[in-house]
Order: sequence, then C-alpha cells, then structure tokens
Amino acid sequence: MPEEFEPIAPGHSACAGCGSTQIVRWVLKEAGPNTIVVNATGCLEVFSTTYPYTMWRVPWLHVAFENAAAAASGVEAALKRMGKKAHIIAFGGDGGTADIGFQALSGMVERGHDVLYVMYDNEAYMNTGIQRSSSTPLLAWTTTSPAGKVIPGKQQPKKPVAWIIAAHGAPYVATASIAYLTDLRKKVRTALSIKGPKFIQAIQPCTTGWRFDPSLTVKLARLAVETCYFPLWEMRNGDLRTFRLTYIPKEKKPVEEFLRPQRRFRHVLQNPDLLERIQKWVDENWERMLKLHEAAVNQKL
Amino acid sequence: MVVMTLEGNEAAAWGARLARPDVIAAYPITPSTHIPERLSEWIADGIMDSEMILTESEHSALSACVGASATGARVFTATASQGLALMHEILHIASGMRLPIVMAIGNRALSAPINIWCDHQDMMSQRDTGWMQFFAESNQEALDLILIAYKVAEDRRVLLPAMVGLDAFTLTHTFEQVDVPEQEEVDRYLPKYRPVHAFLDPERPITQGPLGTPQHYMEFKYAQYEAMNRAKGVIVEAMEEFGRAFGREYAPLVPFSPGGEIVLVTMGSMSGTARVFVRGARQEGESVSHVKVVAFRPFYHSKLAELLAGAKVVAVVERAFSYGSVGPLAQDVAYAMHRYGIKAKLANFIVGLGGRDVTLRDFSEVLETSKRILKGEEDPGVFWLNVAKEEVLKAEEVIWNA
Repeated sequence: MPEEFEPIAPGHSACAGCGSTQIVRWVLKEAGPNTIVVNATGCLEVFSTTYPYTMWRVPWLHVAFENAAAAASGVEAALKRMGKKAHIIAFGGDGGTADIGFQALSGMVERGHDVLYVMYDNEAYMNTGIQRSSSTPLLAWTTTSPAGKVIPGKQQPKKPVAWIIAAHGAPYVATASIAYLTDLRKKVRTALSIKGPKFIQAIQPCTTGWRFDPSLTVKLARLAVETCYFPLWEMRNGDLRTFRLTYIPKEKKPVEEFLRPQRRFRHVLQNPDLLERIQKWVDENWERMLKLHEAAVNQKL
Repeated sequence: MVVMTLEGNEAAAWGARLARPDVIAAYPITPSTHIPERLSEWIADGIMDSEMILTESEHSALSACVGASATGARVFTATASQGLALMHEILHIASGMRLPIVMAIGNRALSAPINIWCDHQDMMSQRDTGWMQFFAESNQEALDLILIAYKVAEDRRVLLPAMVGLDAFTLTHTFEQVDVPEQEEVDRYLPKYRPVHAFLDPERPITQGPLGTPQHYMEFKYAQYEAMNRAKGVIVEAMEEFGRAFGREYAPLVPFSPGGEIVLVTMGSMSGTARVFVRGARQEGESVSHVKVVAFRPFYHSKLAELLAGAKVVAVVERAFSYGSVGPLAQDVAYAMHRYGIKAKLANFIVGLGGRDVTLRDFSEVLETSKRILKGEEDPGVFWLNVAKEEVLKAEEVIWNA
C-alpha cells in the first residue's frame, strides 16, 4: 500500500486531545496534496501557524475571522482564471461559520463557488476562551452563558447550520464525526467529486471548552452520534428526497452518556428537569430526521 | 489613443479594463456603482476577460480580492464611503500581506447623517491602513492614476495596495473628454503581473497570513514602513514613465503659479477651482500660489517643503476633518513645515463636506482670511467655511437647556 499523504506536520500547539487536527488531517488525507486551504481566524489558525513555523504541507491562506468563504471565493476565481485546478477547502470554527462568517458563507454558496467548506464545530468561541456561539447546545455552560442560579446555561438550542446551508440548494451538505472515519472520508470524497459549493459540519469535542479528560475526545465524538445528539447525515441540492442518515445507532443511548464526561453540563446532570429538556430536544430532532430519512428511502417524498 | 466622453466612473472602469485584471470582486455603492456595472457589461459581452465575483458585501469583496491576489492574480475593486469603511479591517490585512490590489474610490461622505455626496472623509478615515492613496482631479486622472497605481503596487520594491479617489458626482457622474490609451500601449507600460512573494500553488506550498507574535510582528510593520518609503521614488519613476509612454505629465505634488506669499494646498476636484482662482487673483496682484496633492500616502513631506519655501501663510483647504484635532491634510503639511524648517503660518480651511459645493467664493474667503493672518490681524487655526454656525449653536443650546 502506498504511503498515505500526511498533510500536517507535528509540533503545532493545539491542546492535547484537540479534535480539530483530526478533522483537518483526515479531510486533507482524502483530498490529497493538490489542495489549497483557506482558514478562518480561530484556534486552528492560531495553533498551526505561529510564525515562522507552519503545520501545513499544503498551500494555506488566512485572512480574517468572518471571511474564509469570501477569501476562498477569490482563490477559486483566481485559479479558474489562471487555468489551474486544485481542491479548495475552507476550514472555519462554529464562530467563523455559524455566526460572524455566516453572511460570507451564504454568499459563497449562493454564488456557487467550487469550494468545500468544513466547519469544525466545537460549539463555542474556544479561541477567545469558551464564549457562547449560536452553535452552543441548549443549557451548556460557557463563560458568557454561565450556569447561574437564575439562568442555567445557554437558553437557546443549537443553530442548525448544515440545514440552512442545505436550504441554499448546495450540491452537497453533510455532517461528520472523527469517531466515524470511514463515513467522514467517504463524505469528503463525495464532496470533492461534486462541482460547486459543499459543506461539511464536523462535530469537534473540545477538551478545554467542554471540560473533559483529553483521552476521551474520540469517545465523545462517538457518543455524540450514538446518543443521536449529533446525527450523521447527507443531502444533495437541498432536495429532501436525497436526505440520508448515514449512521443509525442500533440502540439509541441516553444523552446523559454524552453529557456525563463533560463538566460544561455538570449543572444539568445535577438537575433532572434540565437533563430532561436536553433529552427532549435530542429526541425531537432525531425523530424528525429519522422520519425524513425513512420517507426519503421509501420514496414517499 | 481614442478620445471619449466619459463620466469619472467610466474612466475608472476603463483604467481597470486596460489593466486587464484577472479577478474583480465588487459590491455596488453610490457613487461608484457604475464602475462594476460597466465592467460587468464588458465581461458579459466578452470584451473583457476577467473573473467577476459579485459579493454580498464590500467586506467580502475585498476579502475575495485578498484571496485572489494571494493566489497570484491581478485584482481590482471599487467602492466608496460606507463600503470602504466596511472594508476597513481587510484593508490592513491586504497591506500587511503585501498584496498589490488596486481599488477605485468614489469619494463620498460618511454617515451620519447618511449622505451620498462628495467629501474625502472616507479615504482619510483609511489613511493609516498601509494603502497608497492617490486623489484624481479629473476623469483623465482617474483613468491614468489607476494604471500608475498598478505599476507602483506591483513593483517588487513596493508590493503594497493602492486606492485612487475620484470625487463623488463632481467626477464620478460628470462627463469629460478622456484620452483612452490603446491596449497595446498599456500592455507595454503595465506587463502581466508575475507574483514572486504571494501565490497559492500546490507545487510550492507556502503559508500566508500566519500568527505574528510580539517577537516578529514589529518587523512585518517595519517592512511596510520601508516599502512605503521606497514607494516615494517608485511613484515618481512610474509617473515619469507614464509621461513618456502616454504624453501626460504626473507628479505626486503639482505646483501652480509658484512664489506667492500665500500658498493654497488642495486635493481632488477642487484643485481645478483653486487654480482658476489663483490665476484670477494673480491678475489682481495678489501674491498667491497653489499646490495640488496627488499622492497623499506616501506623503512627500520634503518635496512639499521645497514648494512652500518662501511662503508666509500656508492655507490647507480640505474636505475632511479629524474631530478634536485639525484636518488630516493639514497635519501632514504641518509636519512637513516643521521638519524642513518652513516658518510660515498654517491655516486649515474645512470646506465641501457632504457634497457642499466648493466655489471661487470659498477661495476668496480663504485668501481674505489668509491675508488677515499674514498681517497679524487674525490667529491661524481651523476655519469652517460656508456653514451655518449660528444655527448649529442655537440648535445645540436647545439640548443644553432641555
């Protein structure tokens, strides 16, 4: 077997147990060396490129926090004009993607640029020290959604970013987890075989922000899926008939198993009512997706 | 060369077209909307061979320009006022990454109150972003300065972005005769851009836009400082070469009727009015001269001091202000005078904000005030001209007394 392309070098300064390097490594392994990376400001950009060092073995560009999608649009236009072909992959965290960079992302998708945008979703602004984002889940503790005596953590559920991008009619949208590498790699492969804007939202357990033991990163990435907290799915062209869950757990685990190792949910685990609220959100979300999946598979849409 | 009757926006669009940008990214804004419109038409008709990205904001327009320029393409964009302000963050990044992007600005007032008409506050507010800044007096200059800007920006001794300002409506929407150079002539003056420092090529992977810690950041900034200083010489070279190629003379500072005791300093379209005024005043025996500032960044302090030698009053007339201080142009003129020992008095006249016309009457007031300053009858300082001062204060008093 030929030696596989290693897209990132060791020596970066990510936290021990950071899931983002795993997302990046496996996405780029699938993409291969003929790839250009555009990176939004965030943890990944900071820990991977402390001048004069770099982690990246592919051409890499960082411009600002909210514009990875716009910068990638420019890269794509330039390549087209210069008659060169390469995969363009943008990486952004949930802040750079779901919040401050959301407009630029929507613009890139609407204009139809041939870019794969990968959101590494660690569910808060981790680079600035764990502040809430729109992708932070219901009731989670962050430094700006503290578990207070009156307000127990974030009061809003997680923003369904991938759905919103799918609603643009993007040719390919998927969710992924590093605990399911075959699924993740297949989705990257599929995405890169399609021309136009593609979007993959990868759940990224964050040892610092979620507050768990660094040895548990992959386990949490698995539990997020096994509890149906973060379902793995894909959809093409915003067409519900193409919606597929790509992994259906044999036995749906209680969300408590996903929450228990994470100290950001400590207050939830001490309060059955709060735990019930999260379980209810997970159940409703999963039921909706499962119904959609079955209807799509049975061609009832 | 073909003579055409073009509005300023069309002249700027022609400048961009002749520069053959690989990528254009733009978001429309009054008064520069006609620039991306015209470029879109030429691309749609196959006359121009560029990739056009019609972004969802100016912030994304400049971000796309940065992406394309970092890939190794020649890029162009145009904006004005609020759009330029929205780009602010990325302006610093474009210059910090040493990307030779060229942008046309329809110089327009900033909100509030919202106003689409001319002043220079938009570009002045971006003074310190590390972009070269040129101000056109005419539509011809708008076209020519865009070509000169590319020549300088892409020079390996410089590698800095540049903006060319043309006054809202006074130029952008006003038709003038413009000599449009032939494509072959421009191709000779401005050969294809060949990036040596910024590219995204899987064959030669490099990292662009890394984290600069305190150990390294300041060296990056010093490099920009040196590049902008070198640009002073390169701009003069590029303007001289332009003169040889196209027969139109350019200089960073343009003196008119030199040797006067009172010297008016202006930028942009009001410079023509200033020259008409000076010519008339000279005929009436007044000792008055004029200097037009074409290159505001980099600023030619020593050259300006040479042109101000012998002056007794320097009257800086400008369409922008720095609240709590003096006008931005006056600040640079003051530094030039201090640094190079010009002993004249300095007066700062604020005119034409938000599109108020700047007329010969304003310049008469500038001259009369300057003469009083010369005689010691009035202290030099900041003078707001043609503004209803008493009404403003009366209105403010209503609030004080509420």
